[in-house]
Amino acid sequence: MYGNDFPGADEGSATGLLDQVEAAEADLRAAAVRGLAASGSPGADSDLQEYFDAVIGADQKIEPRDWMPDSYRKTLIRQIAQHAHSEIIGMQPEGNWISRAPSLKRKAILLAKVQDEAGHGLYLYAAAETLGVTRDELVDLLFEGRQKYSSIFNYPTLTWADVGAIGWLVDGAAIVNQVPLCRCSYGPYARAMIRVCKEESFHQRQGYEILHTLSHGTPAQKAMAQDAIDRWWYPSLAMFGPPDADSTHSAQSMAWKIKRFSNDELRQRFVDMCVQQAEILGLGLPDPELRWNEQRQAHDFTQPDYTELMRVISGDGPCNRQRMDHRRRAHAEGAWVREAAAAYAAKQAARAEVAA
Amino acid sequence: MKKELTELLLRLGDDALIAAQRLGEWVSVAPEMEEDVALANIALDQVGAARLLLSYAGELMTEAGESPAAAGGGVVTEDTLAYLRDDREFRNCLLVELPNGDFAVTIAKLLFLSAYQRLHYDWLVASTDERLAGIAAKARKESAYHLDHGTQWVIRLGDGTAESHRRMQAAVDEIWPYTHELFQADDLTRRLDEAGFGAAPATLRDAWLAIVEPVLAQATLDRPADGWAPADGWAPAGGRAGLHTEHLSYLLAEMQVLHRAHPGAHW
Repeated sequence: MYGNDFPGADEGSATGLLDQVEAAEADLRAAAVRGLAASGSPGADSDLQEYFDAVIGADQKIEPRDWMPDSYRKTLIRQIAQHAHSEIIGMQPEGNWISRAPSLKRKAILLAKVQDEAGHGLYLYAAAETLGVTRDELVDLLFEGRQKYSSIFNYPTLTWADVGAIGWLVDGAAIVNQVPLCRCSYGPYARAMIRVCKEESFHQRQGYEILHTLSHGTPAQKAMAQDAIDRWWYPSLAMFGPPDADSTHSAQSMAWKIKRFSNDELRQRFVDMCVQQAEILGLGLPDPELRWNEQRQAHDFTQPDYTELMRVISGDGPCNRQRMDHRRRAHAEGAWVREAAAAYAAKQAARAEVAA
Repeated sequence: MKKELTELLLRLGDDALIAAQRLGEWVSVAPEMEEDVALANIALDQVGAARLLLSYAGELMTEAGESPAAAGGGVVTEDTLAYLRDDREFRNCLLVELPNGDFAVTIAKLLFLSAYQRLHYDWLVASTDERLAGIAAKARKESAYHLDHGTQWVIRLGDGTAESHRRMQAAVDEIWPYTHELFQADDLTRRLDEAGFGAAPATLRDAWLAIVEPVLAQATLDRPADGWAPADGWAPAGGRAGLHTEHLSYLLAEMQVLHRAHPGAHW
């Protein structure tokens, strides 16, 4: 996807995903107009749940001031916060290559990308804050290990090609996951996802370009690209979460229209998209069982090792400790700066009061 | 004049490139997430300016049949200049290659450098070399933003807590001696100035002080004592002649490692 300017790329699915983002945005506007036109506002207190259900049923958006079930609020806080944490922790594996990017053009693109990720993190924390928590509280939950971030960022970036593989596979998986969230029932999250998906699509395409250049470069570059794909393929498939049978939150999230497709459905969609793109790259996917199934009209493939996924999520992946130590250290070493900014702001407010 | 222009482009381009390399080290370790965005943004601007300046220098060198020793001839590009020169061939000022230190040191470097770049690019907008004038016109707008960011933080830290005041003052004291090099005149700047290329850095010192001193005053910081003449104080220099601190070689080792490991490869 988004490799659609490469000859022979799978144009259907490429334009498909961005079209879906556009369509979600149009529907969101239409829903807002409908919302204004409708007389819709809750009546007596006892009708709150009924009204909430009606809004969800009509594909309208729940907004911050609307009543919502406590469990809906908690689920969203958990999901949006973990999404935000992932953006912030996700700066590290790619940030690892900013100083060593092999050309100035690539350095500039990588800087812009990591900057975007920080921006996405901020945007998502702001969306979470509309639910009545503060960013500081959420960051504390991350530090205490009570909230997670995406398992994928616990893998190391060992070569430059990993930056390409992260763009193509990791951002690709993220987009497949996030495009349906553009239709999520909670308005602030849906709007955040629309914006995030548009930018991620650029990143994904840039990652693809890195791999394309490497695979058409020297034998050493091509080998570097293949090695990166070999290492990132299964961790990327694991990004969609445990298989449907083991997914604890799925049913309720689907009913609330937070989630629109199951983990396995999205994983299948991702595999089908990657196969053709890998062919254009001239690189292989590390799965001997990967083949087209005419009957299912989809690819059969080997599932990722979910035991490994659980191990990584619970803290024992290759880089979990390093990523958290890095984040904690940045936070701790920056404390005096944040205190200074707060003290200065307080002084300014006091001065303004005296002047007034 | 082509040779002199090339040298000027290398000075400006290397300042921007090495400053970007140091700022890039802050990404994901800044004190606030907002600051991760801001420092990456400034680094990106500096890389952008470096690319324009070094590309132009590379074209002039290609025409003249010159090339860095490690490049072994051929077309000279921005990447040839960034990745295949050794520290003795780099022309950046010492200030940009100094380690990041704590946030206050980084901010002191940012204020001093951006005030200088803003003035220098302002000046170069009137250069008789149209292409350089065009690059300067773009870069000066970005420098104004960098200067504002540096200014706000120097004031916040200087007039914040006792601890931040102490650190900001220490940072200003540490970096101040390196600012003299920015305004040093030499044979090259004299020839360029006479030719109307607009590069008399010594004349910018007063304008620079007029920007920096009020910021330090508002931040309740002491301006380090010195006169402009280096004889009045320690004024390390040498970057323009390729005589750097011990820090630059390590910075280049990291920056160039991948590019040098794959000679002739495209990325």
